[in-house]
Amino acid sequence: MEETDQSNSYQVKLEGFEGPLELLLHLIKENRINIYDIPIALITRQYLAYLDLMQSLNLALAGEFLVMAATLLLIKSRTLLPQVSSEEIDPEDPRHDLVRRLLEYRRFRDAADEFEAREAIWRDIFRHQAPQEEENANEVYLVDLNPFDLLTALQKVLERVPKEKDMLITTEVLSVKDKIQFLLDRFSQEESLEFDLLFSPKEGRAIIIVTFLALLEVVRLGLLRVVQPSLSEEEEGTIIILRTENLGTTVASE
Amino acid sequence: MEEIELRAAIEGLLFVSGEPISVERLSEVMEGVGRDRVLAALADLEVGYRQADRGLQIVQVSGGYQMVTRPEIAPWIKRLERIRVATRLSKPGLEALAIVAYRQPVTRPEIEEIRGVDCAGVLRTLLDRRLVKIVGRKEIAGRPMMYGTTRDFLQYFGLPDLSALPTLKELSEIPTEVEMSPEVVQVEEGLPGPEAAVDPVEQAGPEHA
Repeated sequence: MEETDQSNSYQVKLEGFEGPLELLLHLIKENRINIYDIPIALITRQYLAYLDLMQSLNLALAGEFLVMAATLLLIKSRTLLPQVSSEEIDPEDPRHDLVRRLLEYRRFRDAADEFEAREAIWRDIFRHQAPQEEENANEVYLVDLNPFDLLTALQKVLERVPKEKDMLITTEVLSVKDKIQFLLDRFSQEESLEFDLLFSPKEGRAIIIVTFLALLEVVRLGLLRVVQPSLSEEEEGTIIILRTENLGTTVASE
Repeated sequence: MEEIELRAAIEGLLFVSGEPISVERLSEVMEGVGRDRVLAALADLEVGYRQADRGLQIVQVSGGYQMVTRPEIAPWIKRLERIRVATRLSKPGLEALAIVAYRQPVTRPEIEEIRGVDCAGVLRTLLDRRLVKIVGRKEIAGRPMMYGTTRDFLQYFGLPDLSALPTLKELSEIPTEVEMSPEVVQVEEGLPGPEAAVDPVEQAGPEHA
């Protein structure tokens, strides 16, 4: 399954290294380095050489790789500096933190391998494919709206926007992300909400559309559902937005 | 009710249910037949299926019992139309999922700290596939969302519950033939666990040999 990597660079995978920790572990393994006693000069040199290679192949590097390069150089400089001879000798090995991170990452990488093995087995195990019965068979049958129905509903909302507001140029920065946050907050407290109540005609077209886009995204993520109860053959109820069980409720603050 | 009848009834219930069904629920459906008898019947069924080269088996998954096929016959099952086989998860996906599974509830920055890379895309995929869900917000600056695993996660990996997760490997596995610098060995007696109470897996972690 494709993942959209949201880092700012295009990651063409060179030997499958998604991040600096992976690369370091690879180098450690290749060179049979003892992870508890990393020869920092060697590893830094090799790491930087790898980055050079990636750059010469015109692969843009994720920021994290560069941060790690800086970290390695910093550690190396610390190991090279003469020890301050006083009572307050810093006992901590400058490599300590890096080793901790590598070990921790490796734990989860190993765990991921075990997951992969389990996944392989369980992909081949099937259960009775009963026709999907909704848990709420007793309730009114809820129809999930398709995008076109949603657009129609949006249009109705936009029709109610007062004419003046149409032309209003707003200096407010509109962000779909903010509206997504808004939706998630709202629905962490409420189970359901009428579609229409999400929008206020006074807000103007732009805000309404941004809110709508945010709603589409949240629905796509499976956190909310937009439904319309079908009351009878002819009649349909008002459109409602429901929270799904993928969206937890607000954690009570401690 | 005779044990034979009970066993047959439960077998049928497992078949029809499709989804894992708990002992409690079975007991309820069987009009209050005791837990012990239900468990015994389940054990009988499980052994029976296992010993007799059947295509089906009875497993404990996601808090209940389920009747499923055995992996050996998978090639044939896949040839049925309407059967969708799940796409495998990618390595980054599995890593992020492992972190969520063992550290839940966990925030995205916490996951990224461990993996060393951005995890937004990976998490979105896991959410899409219903393997993780948002379980709340951490009450710190920025109120980041926290993630946890779902029932579907348990089903996907055939786990009865979270405590069945394989123990995370010891952090301080020390290769015998190598000498270490003493400072470096300070690495972790035990890892900081999540603030909220989680499943027993955390206790079954590095502290225990």
